[in-house]
Amino acid sequence: MSYVIIGNSVAAVGAIEAIRRIDKEMPITVISDEPYAVYSRPLISELLAGQVKEEMMGYRAPDFYERHGVEAKLGTRVVSIDPKKKTVKTEAGESIGYNKLLIATGGMPFVPPMKGLELGRVMTFIKMDDAKRIEEMLPELKHVVVIGAGLIGLKAAESLRHRGVKVTVVELANRVMATVLDVEAGKVIQDALENAGIDIITGDTVDEILGDTMGLVNGVKMKSGEALDCDAVIVAIGVVPNAAFAKASGVNVNRGIITDDHMMTNLPDVYAAGDVTEGLDYLSGDNRVMPIWPNAYIQGKIAGFNMAGEDREFTGGLAVNSIELFGVPVVTAGMSNVDSDDLEVLKKSEGDTYRKIVLRDNKVVGVVLVGNIDRAGLVTGLIRERIDISEMRERLLADDFGYIDFPVELRKERLGVAL
Amino acid sequence: MKRVYTKEEACIGCRLCEVHCLTEHSRSKNIIKAHKKEFPRALSRVFVEELRPVSFAVQCRHCDEPVCVEACITGAITKDESGKVVHDEEKCVGCWTCVLVCPHGAPRRDLERRKVAKCDLCPDRETPVCVEMCPNRALVYEER
Repeated sequence: MSYVIIGNSVAAVGAIEAIRRIDKEMPITVISDEPYAVYSRPLISELLAGQVKEEMMGYRAPDFYERHGVEAKLGTRVVSIDPKKKTVKTEAGESIGYNKLLIATGGMPFVPPMKGLELGRVMTFIKMDDAKRIEEMLPELKHVVVIGAGLIGLKAAESLRHRGVKVTVVELANRVMATVLDVEAGKVIQDALENAGIDIITGDTVDEILGDTMGLVNGVKMKSGEALDCDAVIVAIGVVPNAAFAKASGVNVNRGIITDDHMMTNLPDVYAAGDVTEGLDYLSGDNRVMPIWPNAYIQGKIAGFNMAGEDREFTGGLAVNSIELFGVPVVTAGMSNVDSDDLEVLKKSEGDTYRKIVLRDNKVVGVVLVGNIDRAGLVTGLIRERIDISEMRERLLADDFGYIDFPVELRKERLGVAL
Repeated sequence: MKRVYTKEEACIGCRLCEVHCLTEHSRSKNIIKAHKKEFPRALSRVFVEELRPVSFAVQCRHCDEPVCVEACITGAITKDESGKVVHDEEKCVGCWTCVLVCPHGAPRRDLERRKVAKCDLCPDRETPVCVEMCPNRALVYEER
């Protein structure tokens, strides 16, 4: 008998580290279809940009599995779960028994149907192999079209630009990073991208990918009718939970696997964590898919504790994003771009810097900082701890906002203990 | 575990903690060279907040459940067996996720190196240098 974890990214690590804080004995088996020891997925853009070498991609030390008593079955795909027999079945037909099971299979690229998807050099960009594949074809690439101006699309675009490739980013919304940024913040980032030589087309999308007689991409046709020549297309519209096999095995799935406040699914002894889930959102109180790295670690950790028999509650995920594009840092947390009558917005814009704080009932519920992001965490902490900001309201937009602006008792309490 | 605690009643705002922290984390560990000759210059991991007459020093709190460790995308920040929150500069890519999530706003951006700089409790010393050099004992190193 053992703990079985399907998936081998950050949620799996969160679970392993939590399990081993409680249970040092029972074996853990990790099963992943990828052939690599756990690595940092967000770093694939740095790998492609040539700024991080493959040997530095590891998310944990090489002896991580050994030290934690984990058997890692890499390059192995799980095809089904049998909740009655408490086994999982692999593609090769092997049956592996579990005492407690964690589904941490992450997300997969969302690729909407369009003509030309079957052509060579139509790619997505979320895994190490995606970066390697692009690296291999780099000598042939002069112009790449990236569909989607979210975090993944923009990081892919930046990496390719660093490697001397011409890039055009196509975005259906009227601005870049439209999920988390408003028009003003989006403009600062778009300017930085354009100054670095990236073409951005907003309010339009690719209708059809065009190919040559060899079956390779040679252009795209836009919804507006415009056509562009290019040698490759990266589809970076978003990610969706990788939950199909779980659903087929009887796990309750809406958009993602539905979990309760202990990261448990509807099946006994079956837990889920990370991008595959539809877990609790701290601010809205609803369940939603939140494919965010720190959220995946925390969900994995909570699942791990509960799997090992220690009761821990998941209090909800907070969406946090940090990205730097061509030297312009931007961070967001919480409801950074929500329009609603019960929200009050404070904002300040100066050149390349932008500062926006979103309040609800005298509490911070969202933040966006562009340019100067120092001490952003103080604001994120105000969100996470639901602190009343009445006494510091006037200082929230100050560039040097700090503990000095906190009510003295609160400050002393926070600096006097370890959180 | 022992941590550094600040006493704002005693802090005179002299920023000697910053000066000595920078020196301790320089290559030469010489106060003049560290400030005048080393490029890129080391960055102090402690900083003083001041609004007269109040001032106090802030640095990594080495939290029990550190959010930065959970959030770090490269695995550069870990909690070691002694409870210390350790930052591996080699692995840091300057993504600033820890800057975004640390509830104390403690990690600093070293823009020259594109790495985060945070308190390491001075591994080569018995007592962190900021505590040792504070002229009015506004910083203490103790178990609470």
